[in-house]
Amino acid sequence: MSSFSFALAGIGLFVLGLHALIVHAHLLRKILAINIMGSGVSLVLVALARRGGDALPDAVPHAMVITGIVVAVSATALALVLMLKLAAETGSATLPDDSPE
Amino acid sequence: MTLLAWGFDGLLLLGLLGLAWKALNSTDLFSAIALFIAFGLLMALVWVRLEAPDIALAEAAIGAGLSGALLLAALARLRGMEGNVTSNTGVEEAPNNIDARLVQWLSAILLLPVLFGLVYGVLSLPGNAVGLSAEINANLAASGVSNPVTAVLLNFRAYDTLLEVFVLLLALIAIWSMGSIQFNRSIETIGKTSLETTSSVLDTLVYLLVPVLMMVAAYLLWVGAHAPGGAFQAGSVLAAACVLLLLAGWPLHRLLTAMRLRLLAVAGPVVFVSMAAYSLIAEGALLQFPPEHAGTLILLLETVAALSIAVTLAALFSGGQGQHE
Repeated sequence: MSSFSFALAGIGLFVLGLHALIVHAHLLRKILAINIMGSGVSLVLVALARRGGDALPDAVPHAMVITGIVVAVSATALALVLMLKLAAETGSATLPDDSPE
Repeated sequence: MTLLAWGFDGLLLLGLLGLAWKALNSTDLFSAIALFIAFGLLMALVWVRLEAPDIALAEAAIGAGLSGALLLAALARLRGMEGNVTSNTGVEEAPNNIDARLVQWLSAILLLPVLFGLVYGVLSLPGNAVGLSAEINANLAASGVSNPVTAVLLNFRAYDTLLEVFVLLLALIAIWSMGSIQFNRSIETIGKTSLETTSSVLDTLVYLLVPVLMMVAAYLLWVGAHAPGGAFQAGSVLAAACVLLLLAGWPLHRLLTAMRLRLLAVAGPVVFVSMAAYSLIAEGALLQFPPEHAGTLILLLETVAALSIAVTLAALFSGGQGQHE
C-alpha cells in the first residue's frame, strides 16, 4: 500500500483526536485525545519519509518520532498529575462550565 | 503477495482508526484506557509496516506499555479521590442533551475544512522524495555506529537528544514541585492490597521477569549501534521493570533513596552537557565527536542516558511520592 494511505490515516487520527479534545469535558479523555493527535502527526511524518520507493526510508523523521514519543510520555505524566491536583482541589476532573448565567 | 499486503495494511489502518474512535468515545474511562493501550500496540505494528523498527520498539515499550500504566495509575488515584469527594465514579454521563449534541455536530462541521485542507496538503506533495537519506549514508562511516537512526539520534542531531533528556528532567521537577497530593491509597498500597491474595504468583513472576527485562535492556542498548534498539528503548524497558517492582509492592525506595534517585536522574543530562561543552572546546562544534572515538563515546552517552531515562520514567510513574523518602 502506498505511503500516502498511511499519511491519510494519520490525518484521520489527528482530526479524530482534535474533535474529541473539543467535545469531551473530562480531562483524562482530553489527555487521551492529545496523545492520539500526536500519534497521527508521527504517522504522517514517517509515512512521508518512505516516499523514496525501494530505497531505505529517511532516518531523520524516525529519530524525531522516537524523541517525540518520549517527550509525549513525559508531558502525559505531567498532565495527569495536574489533573489529579485539580481533582484534589475541586473534587472533579472535568473543566467547569463557564457559560454566562 | 501484494494483494495480501494491501489487505493487511487496509485492515490495520481501519482497526487503528476504529480503536482511536472507540477509545475516545466509549462511556467508561477504564475501557477507554484499555482501548488506548490496544491502539498503541496496533501503532507499533504500523511502524513495522512502515519499515521503522526503532520506532516500533519505542512505541511498544513507551506508547503502549508505560503510558498505559501511567493512565491506569492516574485513574485509580482519581477514583480513590472522587470516592470520598463526590459520587462521580469516573463514568461520564452520555451526551444526551441538546447542547452537547449541538457542540458535537458544530465541532464536526468546523473540523471538515481542517480535514480536507490537511488531505489536500499531503496529496499535493511530490510522490518521490528521498529526504536526507543520501547525506546520512555518506556520513554513516564517520558516525561511529552503523544504525542510521542511532547515528541521527546520538551524532548528527545529538542536540535533539540533549534537549530531550532535559525535557524528561523538567517534567520530573515539575511533578515533584507540585508537592504531594493527598491520595487515599498510594500506588504501593494498591499493589499490596489488591494483589495480596495472589502474592506468591506475583512474586514468582517478578523474580522471573525482572532479570529478563534487565537483560533485554542491556541487549537493546548494545545492539542499538548496528540494529534497531538504543538508549530510549533500553531505558523504557528498564523503567517497565521498575514499575513492575513498584506494583508488586517491593521496597524499591530503600534501594533508590531520594539522593541516589536524584543523582541517577541528573546523570544523563550532566554527562550530555559536559560532553557537549568538551566537544565545543576541543572539536569546535557542539556534540561533534572525533570519528575514531565516536563509537565508544556514543555507547557511554547511551548507557548513562538509558539509566537516567529509566529512573526518570519510573519516578514519573510513582508521581510526587519519591521525594519524601
